Amino acid sequence: MSTKHDQRLSPPGAAPQASSLGGRGQEASPISEPVIELEGVSVCLGGRTILQEVTFTINPGEFIAVLGPNGAGKSTLLKVLLGLIRPSAGTVRLFGQAPRRGNRLIGYAPQHRTLEGALSLRARDLVGFGLDGHRWGPGWFPAGGRRRQAIIEAALAEVDALALADMPVAHLSGGEQQRLLIAQALLSQPRLLLLDEPLSNLDLSHEQEIIALIARLCRTHGMTVLLVSHDVNPLLPVIDRVLYLARGHAAIGKPEQVITSATLSALYGAPVEVVEALGRLFVVGVDI
Amino acid sequence: MNISTLWQHEFIQNAFLAGGCVAIAAALVGYFVVLRAQTFAGEALTDIGFTGATGAALLGLSPLPGMVTLSLLAAFIIGLLGERLRGRDIEIGMVLSFALGLGVLFLSLYASSSGSHASAGIGILFGSILSVSRGDVWLSLACALGCSLALLILYRPLLFASIDPEVAAARGVPVRLLSVLFLLLLALATAISVLVIGVLLVFALLVAPAAAAARLSPSPASALLLAVLLGLGSTWGGLLIAFLGPGQHLPASFCIATLATLCYAGATLIAHWRQRRSPQVPAQPAHPCKGRRTAA
Repeated sequence: MSTKHDQRLSPPGAAPQASSLGGRGQEASPISEPVIELEGVSVCLGGRTILQEVTFTINPGEFIAVLGPNGAGKSTLLKVLLGLIRPSAGTVRLFGQAPRRGNRLIGYAPQHRTLEGALSLRARDLVGFGLDGHRWGPGWFPAGGRRRQAIIEAALAEVDALALADMPVAHLSGGEQQRLLIAQALLSQPRLLLLDEPLSNLDLSHEQEIIALIARLCRTHGMTVLLVSHDVNPLLPVIDRVLYLARGHAAIGKPEQVITSATLSALYGAPVEVVEALGRLFVVGVDI
Repeated sequence: MNISTLWQHEFIQNAFLAGGCVAIAAALVGYFVVLRAQTFAGEALTDIGFTGATGAALLGLSPLPGMVTLSLLAAFIIGLLGERLRGRDIEIGMVLSFALGLGVLFLSLYASSSGSHASAGIGILFGSILSVSRGDVWLSLACALGCSLALLILYRPLLFASIDPEVAAARGVPVRLLSVLFLLLLALATAISVLVIGVLLVFALLVAPAAAAARLSPSPASALLLAVLLGLGSTWGGLLIAFLGPGQHLPASFCIATLATLCYAGATLIAHWRQRRSPQVPAQPAHPCKGRRTAA
């Protein structure tokens, strides 16, 4: 484990401005190769069609908001990318390869549930899972311990949670736990970050903080981000494109192209009106 | 009678040695049982073990192998049923009651066929630490070593999968396999716990020390260590009280269960007191905070 993180004493967060330092800059793959390619992907779960003939391509460094009503298949899509669900038809390519479990190029923070069972677990222990939680053995190496803690603390600092490092996870609020899960997802130095509803447990100021943090990771490290959200408005200033899912179908494009009455009506198969008011977009006419 | 004269009796040596091995194995496995909220599964496995033990007695075999075999088999089946046992209370409860009923049938058949009383059943239900043989000591030592070694190898992925199975699966941890392996370990640990404390009181050694330690410790490693210390303390303390205690012989199972319960009660009080004393928010956000907060 130690050799793998040798070059990484300053993980993404330690020096966000100095992205040219370290291996990150050279690591970036040629722009030409897409990060995610889906072609005619359908997913059936329990006899229900969740995704139907979904096709899209996502390029390196893009910040994508994944939108859509409940049950539209947003979480399912992420699980397909993680290799946890097999599509019933179509092909999925990630960095040019088929999806597989344990892909170190992907950082994942699932839809948040309160980690109540996390008794006697400090924030640093939870975040540390992202580094070596999948490895066999106890991992109590006294020599590697300090370096390991330094990496964990840098990731905690990145999400502004260093003060929580030694707190029992069970005593933290939903928003604080959310930040820990993002820090955990960052530890494997992913090139693709999949975040399922990371904003749902946050108050407004923390929401802005997390969005700014993710946008910074995306811009300075060339990380590709798929962020599932209920509300596109707080994300509009930072995202490149939106991926809108409804009734198993997908539409992808710039927000002003996709979030329109015409596009969404076609997607939902029902009349939908996009209303702009108070500088915010609202989708009306269906259960969002 | 003092300790040195006590130690000259082989049955007392056996009781302390087997009790120690069992306490260590149960505390280590118990920590993960508490973490995974599988205490009910642990209870079910011991009850199924009871059926195995009485069945073996009926066939004229030693009860322990029968118990180990049947509870391992049950663990394997429960493990295959689902990735997590949370919310499977009803299925487990049905299997449990059927198994116990079967155990009672075996016991009554055994009692009527051998003409003896059901005292074998009492020993299995409430423990018979005073009749532990040297062979049982070796067996419990082997089980304790096996459980410790297995948990050492599984430690990180099992902890990850217990806390956050979804992310663990995405990171390539074989969550389902770990679930089955852990239930097998649990079956083994409960089967040898029965040797010391009996089917009905397995909780005292399996859950109480681990739950107490989880409330007091800041990290998983220290919780495991503390759980082992509390388990050993309860077991050896209980045996000492039983052998040296005042008045009539108190049953060892009762003494051990009482000490284990006191450990848990004490830990709960200490944790509660700590939470009330500590500040609401970190005083110095710039530095790592050692304090605890009350739940928001």
